Amino acid sequence: MTELTNLGIKAIRDGVAKGDFTAREVAEGFNAAVAEASALNAFIVATPDHALAAADATDAKRAKGEELGAMGGVPIGMKDLFATEGVQTTAASHILEGFTPHYESTVSSNLWAAGAGMLGKLNLDQFAMGSSNETSYFGNVSSPWRKRGTNAAMSPGGSSGGSSSAVAARIAPAATGTDTGGSIRQPAAFTGICGIKPTYGRCSRWGVVAFASSLDQAGPMARSVEDCAIMLGAMAGFDPKDSTSLKVDVPDWEAALSADLNGKKVGIPREYRMEGTDQAILDSWEQGKAWLKDAGAEIVDVSLPHTKYALPAYYIIAPAEASSNLARYDGVRYGLRDLPDGAGLQDMYAETRAAGFGDEVKRRILIGTYVLSAGFYDAYYNQAQKIRALVAQDYENAWAECDLILAPTTPTASFPLGSLDADPLTMYLNDVFAVPASLAGLPAMSVPAMLNSDGLPLGLQLVGKAYDEQTVLDAGLAIQQRSGFDHAPEKWW
Amino acid sequence: MSNYRIQGATGEWEVVIGLEVHAQVTSNSKLFSGASTEFGAEPNTQVSLVDAAMPGMLPVPNAECIRQAVRTGMAIKAEINKWSRFDRKNYFYADLPQGYQISQLYHPIVGEGELLVEADEKAGIPEDKVIGIERIHVEQDAGKLMHDQHPTMSYVDLNRSGVALMEIVSKADMRSPAEAGAYVRKLRSILRYVGSCDGNMEEGSMRADVNVSVRKPGDPLGTRTETKNVNSVRFVMQVIEYEASRQVDVIEGGGTVDQETRLFDVATGTTRTMRSKEDAHDYRYFPDPDLLPVELEDSFLEECRASLPELPDAKRTRYTDELGLTPYNARELSAEVETFARFETLLGAVAGAIGKPEAKVATQVANWTLSVAPGVMKMLGDEANAEHATAEAQAAILKMQDAGEISGGQAKEIYEIVLKTGREPTEIADTEGLKQVSDTGAIEAAIDEILANNADKVEQYKGGKDKLFGFFVGQTMKAMQGKANPGVVNQILKDKLG
Repeated sequence: MTELTNLGIKAIRDGVAKGDFTAREVAEGFNAAVAEASALNAFIVATPDHALAAADATDAKRAKGEELGAMGGVPIGMKDLFATEGVQTTAASHILEGFTPHYESTVSSNLWAAGAGMLGKLNLDQFAMGSSNETSYFGNVSSPWRKRGTNAAMSPGGSSGGSSSAVAARIAPAATGTDTGGSIRQPAAFTGICGIKPTYGRCSRWGVVAFASSLDQAGPMARSVEDCAIMLGAMAGFDPKDSTSLKVDVPDWEAALSADLNGKKVGIPREYRMEGTDQAILDSWEQGKAWLKDAGAEIVDVSLPHTKYALPAYYIIAPAEASSNLARYDGVRYGLRDLPDGAGLQDMYAETRAAGFGDEVKRRILIGTYVLSAGFYDAYYNQAQKIRALVAQDYENAWAECDLILAPTTPTASFPLGSLDADPLTMYLNDVFAVPASLAGLPAMSVPAMLNSDGLPLGLQLVGKAYDEQTVLDAGLAIQQRSGFDHAPEKWW
Repeated sequence: MSNYRIQGATGEWEVVIGLEVHAQVTSNSKLFSGASTEFGAEPNTQVSLVDAAMPGMLPVPNAECIRQAVRTGMAIKAEINKWSRFDRKNYFYADLPQGYQISQLYHPIVGEGELLVEADEKAGIPEDKVIGIERIHVEQDAGKLMHDQHPTMSYVDLNRSGVALMEIVSKADMRSPAEAGAYVRKLRSILRYVGSCDGNMEEGSMRADVNVSVRKPGDPLGTRTETKNVNSVRFVMQVIEYEASRQVDVIEGGGTVDQETRLFDVATGTTRTMRSKEDAHDYRYFPDPDLLPVELEDSFLEECRASLPELPDAKRTRYTDELGLTPYNARELSAEVETFARFETLLGAVAGAIGKPEAKVATQVANWTLSVAPGVMKMLGDEANAEHATAEAQAAILKMQDAGEISGGQAKEIYEIVLKTGREPTEIADTEGLKQVSDTGAIEAAIDEILANNADKVEQYKGGKDKLFGFFVGQTMKAMQGKANPGVVNQILKDKLG
């Protein structure tokens, strides 16, 4: 059955629908692959029964001749930031270890309603804070990729590193991710898969453990642009339980996919030529331009002048929101409670939070608390909000000259786990190309372009206008068709 | 101007008062969740996932709470902000599940307004005074800690967590406990008219944070203290009296007043330090990123305005100007929703029954509503069945009185029987003999006899001793056993005595 695990969403769905194989066969195949892949540490918990139950439901529907849904028969990985009813939901933290919600996030509900099943809860950077998947309480996730000629464990990117690792390793055909400042796109680029962060508000945040509410956005991670289009369609939709949810229809992105870019203008932002960017990344960018031109697009230079301020602004706004969002983990109602003998309320808070949060989470809570404090609020938070508005305005200005923007996803390829431990600022630079689209709430996608000389994947990023996921997906498809990227990591796990 | 002064060792001191009133918004569900808001339920039975701040839960504004805040703003003649926003006020406490309260610091929904406190000589308010209102904002209430459930631990009840409050912030315009008391009563009256808060201070639907400072008249403002969660008008006034004299004592003793938060002790009528300025929280307010700004459409504002009832000041003016009531009666009748509702219902019924304009019967109905009816009810105590106090029954009594069929005394007697038994007033008047005699024949006969038996007094009357008229009336009423219609008696006596 191993060949079934090489299939993506569309192939599985269509194969099940046609009767080439059963959904149960698919689920069993992936369940076995997950069980064998513990060396990747991609899953915090496996849920084979969930996957089988969904598969059986699909097979039963098919037997009755009923509609199977957009994800019918497709088992997926669920980032452990989404609340799943009856299944432990931890955000990869100790403070939520053992927390089992009685509710199901809107996005996961939508996916189950579309016929998908769950292989398990995927590891991630703790509370989605990190760019390498080294901040999880449940241990680092390894990328299935290795630098040519070495055995060093490589980073799958973060925070959706369990998702990227599992999809790249073919132990899941697709996975959910969340992107606050690049957490879908950067891990997708590091592992040679596709991932799209839709327009802010497309996917409901209800039931997703919050990191930075004004930036958090869920999206699919899969191995093809078509699969991303299918899965995003199943995840998205207006949700009255999320006040920031977009009250707009979900287009049929899959049906409208077209790699013909005639009449489209692709902007190349000159400010993205930053110092410290690998030559191989710059080369892949040049290649990307050539591919899009070949697909009929016109390439134009554009300017996004406030780009260099975006990352500092992000590292004020996101921690500020996080410092408040994470205040609810206090040991009172659920999750970890550390209550030494004779301790009072303040002691309980201090002990619980000291034990329950990892270093990176604490670092961001401290930064966020600081920038919101009396006397610093105007200098940091308010300034950062002004920059955020200017970054969004940069894009508005650019749309006068182009329909979408092409840029690298990351300044470097993946790096060995542990290599950036000592330097959080260098780690934060990983997101320098991803953060501006997050601040502006725009749809942005990473698609694989090529392998570098070390045999590691490089990704290209496409950023579109608000609500215009279609153009982003179309351009992604154009790149996919021309790159022919079908590299898979060699199995070592 | 208020002449309230504290007599200190160094002379007179003026007290400066501002109030922040927290009023629970009347709404079936909480500000950001669908959970019920009913008072008195078992602990933690009215808690949604949002109220308990479970991971990934999000607030969704309850439009009814927004509407009630807007209507309240309109009722205090305030500027309504068509664009407002919710902010997070961050602090840790076990009764605050999110670790922040969703409130409105930077852009409240209601801006500046005002409230009229009427002159009340007896209460120490010599003239009408307008008290400025700074703002009204909408925010979440917290839960409640229970310290008496376990020997070493505290329990948390989240039933109130997330309930919508309006915080109504006055300017520091009040200068006496009486003004502050009158302000709270008037505010309560307006909230109850509008229906945006039930004003029930015992159940915690309304409570005040009392800001007090003292100064020598004409000096700049002194340092203020804030006494939290005061839950009755009387306590508000006690807090001000206590705080003002305490602060005078501190200053005159050579000390300085600390800017601090204090608690009121109901048992002793005193206040004590809750936390000092040094311990004050840094609330790290910032716009709540889970919520969009509140943007109000003109059509929504029009609907809110159209839904407002006649408000206390307008009603009072109409009662004096159009119904001809005394200022006292007008104020008493318009103060409480229940009172004016009783009055206006009865007024309509009486005017309809008699066939006269309301203005012609308003004084009679006002006296009945404020004095006669409550008097009878009070006298009967438990014997009265309030269900029998219908507008129809009372209108029937007042109609008979207006027609001269019964006297004022008989009206009371009939109402007593109505309240005890629920019988028909006209039937009571007939069967119990509670009717005035207006039969001129019977009255004439009685008068003729009295005049014949008192020929000397008739002579004296005719000789100019007018006061004797009362004697003849009294004799006639006595002869008629008090049941003669006094108007008819007067008329016949006048005719006969020339």
